[in-house]
Amino acid sequence: MAHSYSGGELFNEVSLRLAPGSFHFLTGPSGSGKTTFLKLCYGALVPSSGVVRIFDDDVRQMSRDDIALARRRVGVVHQDCQFLDHLSLQENLALPLTVSGHEALDDYANLKELMGWVGLTSRADALPPELSGGERQRAALARALIMSPDVILADEPTGNVDWEMSQRLLTLLIELNRMGKTIMIATHDLGLIRAAKNHVQARVLRISERRLQLAGADL
Amino acid sequence: MSALRSVIDFAIGDAQAEKAVPPTGFTVRLTVFSAAAMAFLVVFALALSLAAGRLADRWSDELARSATVRISAPVEQMAAQTEAALNVLRTTEGVESARALTLEEQRELLAPWFGPELPLDALPLPQMIEVIETASGFDGDGLRLRLAGEVPGAVLDNHARWRGPLVSAASSLRLLGWVSIILIAFATGAMITLAANAALAANAQVIAVMRLVGARDSYIAQAFMRRFTLRALAGAAAGTVFGALALLLLPSASEEGGFLTGLGLQGAHWLLLILIPILAAVVAFLATRLAAHNTLRSLT
Ligand SMILES: Nc1ncnc2c1ncn2[C@@H]1O[C@H](COP(=O)(O)OP(=O)(O)OP(=O)(O)O)[C@@H](O)[C@H]1O
Ligand SMILES: [Mg+2]
Repeated sequence: MAHSYSGGELFNEVSLRLAPGSFHFLTGPSGSGKTTFLKLCYGALVPSSGVVRIFDDDVRQMSRDDIALARRRVGVVHQDCQFLDHLSLQENLALPLTVSGHEALDDYANLKELMGWVGLTSRADALPPELSGGERQRAALARALIMSPDVILADEPTGNVDWEMSQRLLTLLIELNRMGKTIMIATHDLGLIRAAKNHVQARVLRISERRLQLAGADL
Repeated sequence: MSALRSVIDFAIGDAQAEKAVPPTGFTVRLTVFSAAAMAFLVVFALALSLAAGRLADRWSDELARSATVRISAPVEQMAAQTEAALNVLRTTEGVESARALTLEEQRELLAPWFGPELPLDALPLPQMIEVIETASGFDGDGLRLRLAGEVPGAVLDNHARWRGPLVSAASSLRLLGWVSIILIAFATGAMITLAANAALAANAQVIAVMRLVGARDSYIAQAFMRRFTLRALAGAAAGTVFGALALLLLPSASEEGGFLTGLGLQGAHWLLLILIPILAAVVAFLATRLAAHNTLRSLT
């Protein structure tokens, strides 16, 4: 597929299949289109030409409800986090459950566990604007995981956290990958990629010259 | 049944869905206020309509039956003149029937003015003849001339006729009342549409986040619909109560007051007021639904 904004073409002739259970890193200079690529992957954008399929369905053929349902199977960690500022952190993390009508208690037990995992239990009742950048990022990851999605797309999930926390988040993502989840992380943190390569079979893709290229062994 | 079920579901509602949308401040207050003001107006339009309707019905009833011929004559001629007048009336085109009132009936007619103890026998009362017209009616002037020729003591009184234009005025007033109610309903819908659009625009970011975490359009729309519908219901209920109180404070129907009194509602018509908040809720529901679906369709 190819995609261009009014400003100009970002990709042409990009072709990629995220195999179930695979682990991908997506790198590239700032402004190269990493976030755009992820948006294409979860149906927030429709490509200018070519085809994007989500779970085998062509995005162009999907109704708005189809896209909503597909998003419940894709956990997205947004670069700018995207919370509802008037709801508490806990309510924000539960939002995917709420909007999909999950009332089951174990989902909420799951929530408590996740909050513990990302170290936010004590901040449960805080409002998002009161959180630090790193806390928001951990919260965004927790929200992406709450529905036990098949696929996790993470945009700079470790951009604002210290090394130790970024290692913990990475370990969590690797753990999820071992459980069979498909994972793609957009990042320009090469240290993170190197650390991951010791534990998981990951492919590293780089956006350059409007194409996706497999990054070499120099990482 | 399932329609009722979904109305109940909607009213009890997904409080969570509504919570996801932050308080919308002035748009909601605007909705409550305009629903209340509009309901207040509808109460009066309804009362006006119904009162005008009652008036039209009563007057046209009276019209249908009432023309009278009054015979004032010396006692010894009374019976003969009455008989002569009845003969004239029976042969007049446009008169369906004519009947001399009995003494008893005349006493009843006079009771309001002179009391029931009136010694009628002692008074030289005129004899009344009740005339019922056919649908096409009779020629009043012609009849008057004939009576003058044949029954010197007879006076035709068909004054109820001049009420004809009043009846049609009352009917127009009733129609006007209903047209007002319909216009108010549309104006309310327009206002709520504006308020809902403002709320939707103010919450574009919230809607985007809800979409991102997998909310369907119908879920998001419902949050707004529920809010505006319930607020319109509450506002209209308050407006209706105030309107009803104002109606109760109006002077009640009386002869002297004529049309201006008796504007209130009567009997079962009070129950119609319950429909006003319901109508407001339905209007709000439809307006918000349309606004929400239009807005959502334009977002990714
Ligand atoms: N909605 C939009 N309309 C027009 N241009 C856009 C839009 N979104 C992004 N762009 C442009 O597309 C390019 C790629 O943006 P994108 O956010 O995908 O980059 P990125 O690789 O994620 O960068 P970063 O590493 O800084 O997050 C940028 O030049 C950006 O200005
Ligand atoms: Mg980006």
